[in-house]
Amino acid sequence: MADGFETVIGLEIHAELKTETKIFCACSTAFGAEPNTQVCPVCSGFPGMLPVLNEKVVELAIRAGVAMHSEIAEFCKFDRKNYFYPDSPKAYQISQYDLPICGKGYLDIEVDGEKKRIGITRAHMEEDAGKLVHQGDIISTPFSLVDLNRSGVPLLEIVSEPDMRSAQEARAYAEKLRAILLFAGVSDCKMQEGSLRFDANVSVRPVGQKELGTRTETKNLNSFSALEKAITFEAKRQVEALEDGERIIQETRTWDDEKGVTRSMRSKEDAHDYRYFPEPDLPPIRIRREFIEELQATMPELPDDAQKRLVEQCGLPEYDAGILTLTPASLTFFDACIKQYEDAKIVSNWMMGELSRLLNQNNIEIGDCKITPEHMIKMIKMVDDGSISGKIAKTVFEEMFSTGKSPEAIVKEKGLVQISDESTLVPLIEEIVKNNPKVVEDFKNGKEKAAGSLVGQVMKATKGQANPGLANKLLREILSKE
Amino acid sequence: MALSIKEVEHVALLARLSLDDQEKSTFAEQLGSILEYANKLNQLPTDEVEPLAHILPVYNVFREDKVQPGSPRDEILSNAPLVEEKQYKVPKIM
Amino acid sequence: MELHELTVHELQQKLAAREISSEEIVKSVFARIHAVDDQVQSFVTLTEEDALQNARNVDKENDWRGLRGIPFGLKDIFCTRGVRTTCCSKILENFVPTYDCTVARKLNEEGILVGKLNMDEFAMGSSTEHSAFFPTKNPWDLERVPGGSSGGSAAAVAANEVPFALGTDTGGSIRQPASFCGTVGLKPTYGRVSRWGVIAFASSLDQVGAFTKDVQDCALVMNKIAGKDPLDSTSVSVDVPDYTSFLDGNVKGMKIAYPREYFEEGIDASTKECVKKALAKYEEMGAIIEEVSLPHSEYALSAYYIVAPAEASANLARFDGVRYGLRDFEAGNVVEMYLNSRAAGFGDEVKRRIMLGTYALSSGYYDAYYLKALKVRRLIANDFEQIFDRFDLIVAPTTPTTAFALGQHTGDPLTEYMNDILTVPINLAGLPGMSIPCGFVEGLPVGMQLIGKAFDEGSIFRAAYAYEQNTDFHKAKPVLGVK
Repeated sequence: MADGFETVIGLEIHAELKTETKIFCACSTAFGAEPNTQVCPVCSGFPGMLPVLNEKVVELAIRAGVAMHSEIAEFCKFDRKNYFYPDSPKAYQISQYDLPICGKGYLDIEVDGEKKRIGITRAHMEEDAGKLVHQGDIISTPFSLVDLNRSGVPLLEIVSEPDMRSAQEARAYAEKLRAILLFAGVSDCKMQEGSLRFDANVSVRPVGQKELGTRTETKNLNSFSALEKAITFEAKRQVEALEDGERIIQETRTWDDEKGVTRSMRSKEDAHDYRYFPEPDLPPIRIRREFIEELQATMPELPDDAQKRLVEQCGLPEYDAGILTLTPASLTFFDACIKQYEDAKIVSNWMMGELSRLLNQNNIEIGDCKITPEHMIKMIKMVDDGSISGKIAKTVFEEMFSTGKSPEAIVKEKGLVQISDESTLVPLIEEIVKNNPKVVEDFKNGKEKAAGSLVGQVMKATKGQANPGLANKLLREILSKE
Repeated sequence: MALSIKEVEHVALLARLSLDDQEKSTFAEQLGSILEYANKLNQLPTDEVEPLAHILPVYNVFREDKVQPGSPRDEILSNAPLVEEKQYKVPKIM
Repeated sequence: MELHELTVHELQQKLAAREISSEEIVKSVFARIHAVDDQVQSFVTLTEEDALQNARNVDKENDWRGLRGIPFGLKDIFCTRGVRTTCCSKILENFVPTYDCTVARKLNEEGILVGKLNMDEFAMGSSTEHSAFFPTKNPWDLERVPGGSSGGSAAAVAANEVPFALGTDTGGSIRQPASFCGTVGLKPTYGRVSRWGVIAFASSLDQVGAFTKDVQDCALVMNKIAGKDPLDSTSVSVDVPDYTSFLDGNVKGMKIAYPREYFEEGIDASTKECVKKALAKYEEMGAIIEEVSLPHSEYALSAYYIVAPAEASANLARFDGVRYGLRDFEAGNVVEMYLNSRAAGFGDEVKRRIMLGTYALSSGYYDAYYLKALKVRRLIANDFEQIFDRFDLIVAPTTPTTAFALGQHTGDPLTEYMNDILTVPINLAGLPGMSIPCGFVEGLPVGMQLIGKAFDEGSIFRAAYAYEQNTDFHKAKPVLGVK
């Protein structure tokens, strides 16, 4: 951030709730169907159609609220939010206005070792809109096509307080919220399927100023990195504008991921006035205290508790514990590993190192990964007992990742067993010593490094299979005999 | 009192109704007189009154989360004025 | 007597006795329609071929319980699968629903749909002159309106074009035309009959009900259409009694209130006189009659003309030319398409109410109009609740006057709205109300309104039937020149 300015960020996050059917009709919510094949007259906004609320939506919304430490409303209702847009078949969205299901809550984040509590203003249930398919982008397309499969998919809109001060904090908040929703079993949070979407309210103000600056709302952020980049861009744009003596206009902007810029979506025809009023077609909702307590009691372990457990019981550093508890799948994997293996840090190193690298490289979720905890532990144990080297282990790991085979099978198939047999290694080392008189000379003159270079040659000659400890020991014995 | 033409134009845009000048002035007059009549409501003190949005004392009407087949696509699209690639086609948005 | 002149219960008897067939009834009904509908203009769509086929099928089954084999008509607001449903608006002129509304589905299980009936566009109006197609005429005087918005349904029953018909009532749209045309018309309690598939005007006020030739028929139709519908969250699972069980003619000890505000100036003296006479009749029959006050009555019309248009402005927003309905194909962008399609598709009264409702909900006016109206709605509902602590029934005139002349209110919306002054409070309070004939003034029928407690249509049926047993007004029929 430019000197003298502070960025203030609030996020509105739309999470698709994990239901079989839409919020107000029995159409499927499954992703990826052919256009307009998961629709009915209700979610297509036909005349005379009426909504009937999916009970699961209410349960999941309360569950999310409990996980976010939110006050759960004892009484809430739906409202109509009126606006014309081709993806909104009734020309109003059924949402919640003044009485949302979840009130004030919070979650804790950590950035660069600093902990911070971010307030959650509210969370409410609403229906998703359909999908517009453009030719090119929305601004230049000559026409659009409307697919209503998504229309009526249940969403929870979670609104944060403007408590974040950097793009990193915003990202940490979004990642933490995702973790919570995943652990609570409320949403699949699949970014690439649009089941978790961010809108960022960003403003800047001179450091020390109390009043908030004019904010813009940037929509269409579908990944953590887009969120971070868009906020960084938007804050910089605003500071530059202010420094040039311009005013910030309160407006909606859209993020162009390709060009890495936010762009105004203003149009003169848009006099925004949603004319909210109570949805007459849906009776209000009363939530019993006992029902909330029941959901509290059956709440699975949440990220914060899991992180604490990993630190306190497994002795992991906070940082490792934080990363491993970003998704339930990763925690499940870790937990399965440490049932079979004592040293949690070694497990964590493999997960955060090789495993995470391969997952990212191949864009795979840990839950879909072919490596099982059993196989990984077996492999670690093979390193421990010397049957493979650490270096070979990485090769084996990659093979496990792409084929799902057991480490023993891979080692056997590829002949990767570590050579710990002295009678094989001694002639080999003697040969290398003979062929490298210069290096041997260096070693004898006290250059410790020279020994490393000779061991390296042994490893090379054995394609990495030589037991490096043994090779080192034998080398020194042979050299001392010379 | 009649509404101003500007107010009528604003409301007509919100409601997505294009009006000609004649309609605008007629509506300005008519809406004005209806609203004036409605202003009668202001005679009643209602600070302590809870607004009544739902007449029935009914709560928590839910449906089970169970999938049922939707409409056949060609059937649901059969009333559409313009369809392309099995989707509703609309002119440019911006 | 010709078959088309008979009531539902008379037809049921003859069918059960195998004296007649459903096909004969349907043929008689269509003969009547072809003979008089040029004059009355009740129907916007006829389903003659299907009706005859369905009648033959029912005849084959030879099972005459319920409404089997009985023809009926539906206001063109009820979505009917495969049968054009227009709401009498240009915007839906070519709309063919792919679904049957719940009440049509129920009636189709037994009865025979003969056609769709004219109405004020989107049920907005009190004269049926706001139909985008043509005005329906009052069978008692073809120079007069049948009332509205369900004018086609009322006129068709009054003209013996159909034994019964369904309508909807948001602010009086069943009771007022029933009163103007001299039929029985019941608006049940809000939540009693499913609204699913019925094109919405004002969702918190709309209710489906029946037009019949007498009270017994009305009970028979209600037996078929009332009840909880899982597809309508506002329909209620209160047990549906057998409404014919209330038809015992006994009103002894029944406590009937008549609100003084419903007999004030502005209500025709002769109309008041007819209703007063009816009250005397009730007293004669052993009921207890007492004058009461519903002090917030004078505010009901104002509250109604804010709440109903506000809801309508949202309900009618879906008519945007994208998925169905009229579309301006020339528009260069989406906003233009909306503006032009809706301008071309909606009539003046509909536009007026959309504008009014949009205004009442818009930023800066919400509290002053919409919220205020909801608060007044509470006061009005409370008025009724207090009366019903002590009384079984409220009796009042249905309308301030008898049927007015065609064209009388054209261009003067506020005076047309005044027609609803005695009916809208009942919708605001969600109560059941029935209009039954209680006299004639200058050859035109006068309606009496019976208002009951929520879900106590039974008391209305009891009182209405007792009155009908002791009077002949329901037997009078308009004389139409038959071609």
